[in-house]
Amino acid sequence: MKEYMSVKEITGPLVIVEGVDRAGYGEVVKIEGPGGEIRTGQVLETSEGLAVVQVFESTSGLNTSSTRIRFTGETMKIAVSDEMVGRIFDGKGNPLHGPPIVPDEKRDINGEPINPSSRDYPEDFIQTGISAIDGMNTLVRGQKLPIFSGSGLPHNQLAAQIARQARVLGREEEFSVIFAAMGVTYEEARFFMRDFERTGALEKVTMFLNLADDPAIERIITPRVALTAAEYLAFEKDMHVLVILTDMTNYCESLRQIAAAREEVPGRRGYPGYMYTDLATIYERAGKIKGRKGSITQMPIVTMPDDDITHPIPDLTGYITEGQIVLKRDLHRKNIYPPIDVLPCLSRLMNKGIGHKKTREDHSGVSNQLYAAYAEGRNLRDLVAVIGEEALSPRDKKYLIFADRFEKEFVAQGYEENRSIETTLDIGWKLLADLPEEELKRISEAHIKKYHPKYRT
Amino acid sequence: MLRLRGEKMGVISKISGPVVIAKDMKDAKVYDVVRVGEENLIGEIIGLVRDKATIQVYEETSGLKPGEKVVDTHEPLCVELGPGLLKSIYDGIQRPLEKMKQKSGDFIARGIDVPALNERKKWEFEAKVKKGAKVKAGQVLGTVQESKTIEHRILAPFAGKVGDIKSGKYSIRDPIGTIDGKEVFLAHKWPVRKKRPYEQKLDPDTPLISGQRILDTFFPIAKGGTAAIPGPFGAGKTVTQHSLAKWCDADVIIFVGCGERGNEMTDVLQEFPELVDPKTGDKLIERTVLIANTSNMPVAAREASVYTGVTIGEYYRDQGYDVTMLADSTSRWAEAMREISGRLEEMPGEEGYPAYLAAKLAEFYERAGRVKAFSGEIGSVSLVGAVSPPGGDFSEPVTQNTLRITKVFWALDAALANRRHFPAINWLTSYSLYLDNVTEWYNEHVSPGWRKLRDEAMVILQKEAELQEIVQLVGPDALPPEDQVILEAGRMLREDYLQQNAFHEVDAYCSPKKQFDMLRLIMMFVHHAKEAIKHKTLSEIATLPVRSEIARMKYVEEIDVKKIEHDIVEQLGVKQ
Repeated sequence: MKEYMSVKEITGPLVIVEGVDRAGYGEVVKIEGPGGEIRTGQVLETSEGLAVVQVFESTSGLNTSSTRIRFTGETMKIAVSDEMVGRIFDGKGNPLHGPPIVPDEKRDINGEPINPSSRDYPEDFIQTGISAIDGMNTLVRGQKLPIFSGSGLPHNQLAAQIARQARVLGREEEFSVIFAAMGVTYEEARFFMRDFERTGALEKVTMFLNLADDPAIERIITPRVALTAAEYLAFEKDMHVLVILTDMTNYCESLRQIAAAREEVPGRRGYPGYMYTDLATIYERAGKIKGRKGSITQMPIVTMPDDDITHPIPDLTGYITEGQIVLKRDLHRKNIYPPIDVLPCLSRLMNKGIGHKKTREDHSGVSNQLYAAYAEGRNLRDLVAVIGEEALSPRDKKYLIFADRFEKEFVAQGYEENRSIETTLDIGWKLLADLPEEELKRISEAHIKKYHPKYRT
Repeated sequence: MLRLRGEKMGVISKISGPVVIAKDMKDAKVYDVVRVGEENLIGEIIGLVRDKATIQVYEETSGLKPGEKVVDTHEPLCVELGPGLLKSIYDGIQRPLEKMKQKSGDFIARGIDVPALNERKKWEFEAKVKKGAKVKAGQVLGTVQESKTIEHRILAPFAGKVGDIKSGKYSIRDPIGTIDGKEVFLAHKWPVRKKRPYEQKLDPDTPLISGQRILDTFFPIAKGGTAAIPGPFGAGKTVTQHSLAKWCDADVIIFVGCGERGNEMTDVLQEFPELVDPKTGDKLIERTVLIANTSNMPVAAREASVYTGVTIGEYYRDQGYDVTMLADSTSRWAEAMREISGRLEEMPGEEGYPAYLAAKLAEFYERAGRVKAFSGEIGSVSLVGAVSPPGGDFSEPVTQNTLRITKVFWALDAALANRRHFPAINWLTSYSLYLDNVTEWYNEHVSPGWRKLRDEAMVILQKEAELQEIVQLVGPDALPPEDQVILEAGRMLREDYLQQNAFHEVDAYCSPKKQFDMLRLIMMFVHHAKEAIKHKTLSEIATLPVRSEIARMKYVEEIDVKKIEHDIVEQLGVKQ
């Protein structure tokens, strides 16, 4: 290991070292401050005699005269083993309590891209027990489906409920949850821990915690560490892993911080131009591989600054992930839990995961019809605000009532309520039954005859 | 010191992400391919200052150190063109992903060398020229049956006098003969950044039939044309591109997944071998070349992937085929340029994109076209690029620069997508400049009344949008009855015609004939309704049984035109 004491400059999270003999790009660096404490960093740029090192912990207390820099010659790796399940780690993958992990192997935290021709298309329906997701925006195993939320909305409750209830129909395989926290408060992390504890799931949960008072730059590696563990468990140990990443907004803030320190040309709102690629290297690590049993399903949480879905963080996320679940403040104010606004929601992998033998044959039709009817009702709400309800035709009034009932009966449900897919679809039918039958254009006649409450009794 | 060609070595002096600076690169040329470091990573020289070369590396660079070697191959980035391209799936620099899987497993490792085409497979070659014949570059030497429907025409790589040439079984590495004494093979290499020449460019005049009603009827693209599909996420760019790849009547499809999702490529890979091409009855995969450079694969190769795709497209064009290339998404390509440009510390243009963005986009789309090739055949390359504007804002540089070049604009609209109106293409803001070019074809092959009918329907949609604004203020009842009919007509056109279910087994593809019949019947209903409103109420008209017959037309294979015509006349009570 080569050691240098030639720090030239310290700016923000960056340390520039001179006189370095051939530092590797991405190499891990140990930094010993004047007080003897050891910090970790990584080479961001290297040229002959010069290396730019990004320090994961704070650079405060470092100086240019007596700081020692050691180049390890290795890229960032963590020890992985199935012993990790049930343990709690810090944001860099070191256990917070108890003995160190005896590694089965050491893996580079950046992983390698899955060969697209090795991927297996995700199509196993995951029942989350939440109607707005199962019925309208179905999650499948191996998907990456983020929750777009805002500050003060119950995204944590929703994520915990999904982690608790998610299962694949007809099979008793359960999910092993990996929880990666980036810059969330201790209270929030505690909420998840308590919830997992209460339901007895804690021994199946692996936690990686970078809390709000932990070093901000460390957040860059936390999701990568968590996903490296997930890949090992899924593709070597045949486990089905559900990875919850919260909060990606904090992650992106750290990314911006480093970009600013490096004086890079900024993209939109000061975020670096490569943020899309960077986020993709995290989100694309979800999936299934042909011939391997396990899977990685990702559920990142993104709090949209000012509830703005066009903000670069949710925007770039939406371009990479396979859909999105959007929470809405209006619904939350109306005391509807979960406050999922189904109109901007989407699940791109839904089509292959639903229907005959997977959920129920009428699923696709019912979901499309509920969407169309709710959208129509929501449009009419705006109209009513201008011309009053009396001016509406009897048909339009039905849609108006439908939209209200849809929110109160279909979307809203209890925090502990775990609805089966049949229950979800039947609630949908109950609401659709109040609309004129000839309006149900998106459901096939055969399914209307079979499932419409009018014909079922 | 004298050193031999190819052995000349430079030395890495700086590494910053995908950009590497190497010194001592004597005799290097811009766009030479180089092998970087001990792992032989593939890179390309994109700038030179004396003997210092700036290199973009097509593979992940972590672990690379200053001082490692850089070897110049003295060749530009090339694709290998020959039989066996169809059905393949490549990465951005034409490395076959299936072969890479055999070499490095399910995850992509670095520095892998694999030939682009199968070197062992023997092809049955039939010579079409005789010994002693004089050939021009690009002239057909002979043919190989590549798939059931595609006869691969082997083109002369250079001009000269044919020496020996014989029909027989050859692999792509066996010489099939000689031209001017030089050996000729079934395959040859072509630099991706150089457009393939042709004899003459022709006007695009045949529509590219996609089976999508809103595209074919309202905003058609011609074979050899260019189209842009901009839209925010979730509006259906990918589904539209997939529908085109599945159903458009091209001979060869090049699908470039440029910086997009891995699972989308998997979807194509798993679905296309099952689906049947409505034109030939063959499996769709038989006419498809896939290029997958997903968002987590190295950024520089993303930049190369669109060129790799279009070069393969031009090659089939030169053989006389109609090629459609779909690029999803060109924004990711532009972002790759931005990232490389940022690492080079170039002066940024708008939103950090390099100042040469517009020039690069124009250059790329200009490679589309219908041409007379040197082989004497007429072929075309149509380019359809998806654009992913940040926040769905079409005023951003990539969308704007693309629209300046492309002739067709299919504007995806998040509001339509949220209402589950699919395809969510906005009929008021989209346009096609090929409409006049293709009218003659439609008049001849579908019906002489095609253009008139299409324009009438467009007028109704336009009028409906205006009336909707009034309705938002005063409610529908305040409108005169004639206008209420227009509202109803607009609704029928939107719901029963424009909406099309890409996942329905019948509705996914709608033939031009069926499109015309559907539109004609809807417009016939509208004309009669305008009369009928004088003695019937709107809700009476809207609930006639023939309305649901019209609504179900899209889901039936054969429309009973006579019966619906009869029902319209009878139920609307108009005396003939």
